[in-house]
Amino acid sequence: MTSPAKSPNLERDLAQLLGRDRVLCTRDALLAWECDGFTVHKSRPRAVVLPESTAEVQAVIKLLHSANVPFVPRGAGTCLSGGPTASGNAVIIDCARMRKVIKISTEDLFAVVQPGVVNLNLTTEVTPYGLHYAPDPSSQSVCTIGGNLAENSGGPHCFKYGMTTDHVLAATIVLPDGEVVHLGSTTGPRTPHGIDVLGLFCGSEGTFGIATEITVRLCRNQQEVRTMLASFDSMSAACRSVGKIISAGLVPAALEILDQATIRAVEASIYRAGYPENAAAVLLVELDGPHEVVVEDAAEIATIFVAHDALKVEEATDPKERKRLWKGRKGAFGAMGRIDTDLYVLDGVVPRTKLEEALEKITEIGQRHRVNLTNVFHAGDGNLHPNISFDGRDKEATARTIAAGHEILQLCMDLGGSITGEHGIGTEKLDHVSMMFEPEDLEVMARVRAVFNPDDLCNPGKVLPQRNACAEVSKWPQMVAKVLDVEDTPQEPESTS
Amino acid sequence: MVLSSESLVESYTRTLDCVHCGLCLPHCPTHQVLGVEADSPRGRIYLMRALAEGRIEEPESIRPFLDRCLDCRACETACPSGVRYGEILEATRAELERAQPKRGIAAWLTRTLLWHVVANQRRLRLMFWLLRTSEVLGLRWLATKLRLMPASMAQIAPPVPPASERRPLRTGVHKPPPGTKLRDVRVALFTGCVMEPMFGRVNRATLTVLLANGFEVHIPESQRCCGALLVHAGQPDRARTLANENVRAFADDDIVLNNSAGCGCAMKEYDHLLGTADGKAFAAKCQDISEFLATEGLTATPAEQPIRVAYDDPCHLCHGQGVTRQPRELLQQVPGIDLVSPTKSDDCCGSAGIYNMLQPKLAAEIGRTKAAHLHECAPDMIVTGNPGCMMQIDSHMRRSGHNVPVRHPIELLLPPQ
Repeated sequence: MTSPAKSPNLERDLAQLLGRDRVLCTRDALLAWECDGFTVHKSRPRAVVLPESTAEVQAVIKLLHSANVPFVPRGAGTCLSGGPTASGNAVIIDCARMRKVIKISTEDLFAVVQPGVVNLNLTTEVTPYGLHYAPDPSSQSVCTIGGNLAENSGGPHCFKYGMTTDHVLAATIVLPDGEVVHLGSTTGPRTPHGIDVLGLFCGSEGTFGIATEITVRLCRNQQEVRTMLASFDSMSAACRSVGKIISAGLVPAALEILDQATIRAVEASIYRAGYPENAAAVLLVELDGPHEVVVEDAAEIATIFVAHDALKVEEATDPKERKRLWKGRKGAFGAMGRIDTDLYVLDGVVPRTKLEEALEKITEIGQRHRVNLTNVFHAGDGNLHPNISFDGRDKEATARTIAAGHEILQLCMDLGGSITGEHGIGTEKLDHVSMMFEPEDLEVMARVRAVFNPDDLCNPGKVLPQRNACAEVSKWPQMVAKVLDVEDTPQEPESTS
Repeated sequence: MVLSSESLVESYTRTLDCVHCGLCLPHCPTHQVLGVEADSPRGRIYLMRALAEGRIEEPESIRPFLDRCLDCRACETACPSGVRYGEILEATRAELERAQPKRGIAAWLTRTLLWHVVANQRRLRLMFWLLRTSEVLGLRWLATKLRLMPASMAQIAPPVPPASERRPLRTGVHKPPPGTKLRDVRVALFTGCVMEPMFGRVNRATLTVLLANGFEVHIPESQRCCGALLVHAGQPDRARTLANENVRAFADDDIVLNNSAGCGCAMKEYDHLLGTADGKAFAAKCQDISEFLATEGLTATPAEQPIRVAYDDPCHLCHGQGVTRQPRELLQQVPGIDLVSPTKSDDCCGSAGIYNMLQPKLAAEIGRTKAAHLHECAPDMIVTGNPGCMMQIDSHMRRSGHNVPVRHPIELLLPPQ
């Protein structure tokens, strides 16, 4: 591969394509793009471009491909695994200005959007028609449909409605060599026959190309939506009532648990939702469907809460009140900034029946590594989000954080779960991938990727470990050293006083 | 360049509150227009943190991104982690300005205007007299025609009102008219630098409403400009001089009222600006006129207004001071009023002090969006509590062809003549 440094006129050529104000190459300002929500790994891009159409993305990619310069797609930078971080002096193709809703079909129930359309904005746009876009990551007011597609994002309501992949019908994709392809179809199910190629693209974390027009399914709003909040004096009681709800055959739209430390951080923030601060855990349940069914299910769930010694149960059907109950959950990650300077959001999955055991062991791991650990998670599908608050300037604390994270993911594996539920591999879990897959499996995945991205120019260094590294059993000390190997080492400013 | 001031170290600590979640992005007017990470609160905080950590090689190169910030504080309202963005931005701007004052004619003109004219009431009055005279003589029209004055500038600045409307309020103590039910409260009124010559009628309405509601009003002669524009421009030292004079001017008063959201916000932050006990005490005395009247209650019923009124939140009132309920509560008491809330009423209008003159293109784009949202609810009148916002909204409503009067909420609280 030619070194990117050998194409000094690249910035000029890019500016010719897009105009100077949509190509950023001020070296210092580029630091703003050096990480996403996973702030442990940082890498400054070589430049950032802001295309506005499929044709512009294609022109940019053709230019970069011919110059052999790697590139990385980026949405709103809310990813939590380093997906849009520019490894290897790559150029970031930022989709923030591709934010047009191209078409809404209220009869065939789909919308065609550009990748930079914010998830919640799509729902806002179709609300007058009694419709919504179902996948709802906690960052939905910021994150983009393009990013959701790349990461196959989940969210609280995915327990009932499925992940992003279940809601994407078709996409126009610019492949890493600049070729434009159309995958899927807007009529009927995505793949009535043949191989579901768009399914492969979903969740490829931006390594298969850049989707520039995405057709997503719109869902009709349910007749009634009811949100319930139950508080418990122990985490295990909250987990047991989740098990009971599911084994009773109920399918709530969402089942979310927040632990005490999270409750307190949220209650101190502008996202305060009135969660009882003395509770060890709160369980947020949302029911939707025809009025009679919701009423019946709510009564049954209330009985389950009582049987599990709930301290308090709140119910809301009024949209304003429901929004209040959800507010704390949606603002939970950001509120962690109140605990320490940096946040490592983990994303492990365990079988639902092992939730209690997993949480107990996670607490034990946290204590052993002396890290500040809190839990907020999608209880319905066993998708845990242990959050470790730490000071990223303290290398030793960062190392302990990473080590604890590694052990937690190992625990999820041991319990029969997975190392990611919805945040993706990115750069964060590169070393954990081989815990989950055999070298043969990884080889197959690498070959699939090579079909889309043969030169590895599109988002290099993500998802799959380097080929020869597959077989190695990763050991956390090496990994910590690698993670700490950031581009520049931050220093504290000197005080004159 | 070594960045080492104490305030920068403090603001550096504040940047650490940000965990990069990005929930601020949709609330940032400049990010909404530009889509550029470095033009978002998260990106700017990141750059300011990097600057303090010594990772920025050429501080001048990140300055345009910081300059493009409106300092509207919408990100503070949206932040789950409670990052005090305004403080970080103001400290960083001050440090950059200290280390390397901006060059060029525009920067020189801004500095001169802010300190030698705006902060000096006598010269400010003279300037407005000159402006008014030149308008009367048709020089403004000529200047626009000859393109000596950019069209955008001409459109932002509404015509200067005649001398009778620019007349300052009499200083000293004003007593409620005879026959008014007296309240046992004396308040002081901060009259502001631009409010007086541009919107003298708002100051007179404020005084009339206070007196009609039975309050005794003190207007100290020695009060000065609040210094907000200087703080935003990275000149906190000059702002401190003004702040200290205001602290002294209002030393005998317990309640200091203002009718200008930008000034009110700046004065409530004297605590931080001055870092003294006096500053803290002064900040605690400051209230927006709507806060005060909503708490005390109106005793004089406002005149009937059978019209549809859209209330728009000034950023430095809703985000800066957290005051959103009070102006609406007061306006609801106007007989006959149909009060409506426009879409995104808490989004910035693009005025932001003198931002619309320094960043005309971006300010115009933000102003257009605001005008569109306001027009949607088909109001007969728009009310907002800040002189800059009044001018910007008025300008953009006119530019988009909608002739809707823009008023200050206090003007609707005037009792019948």
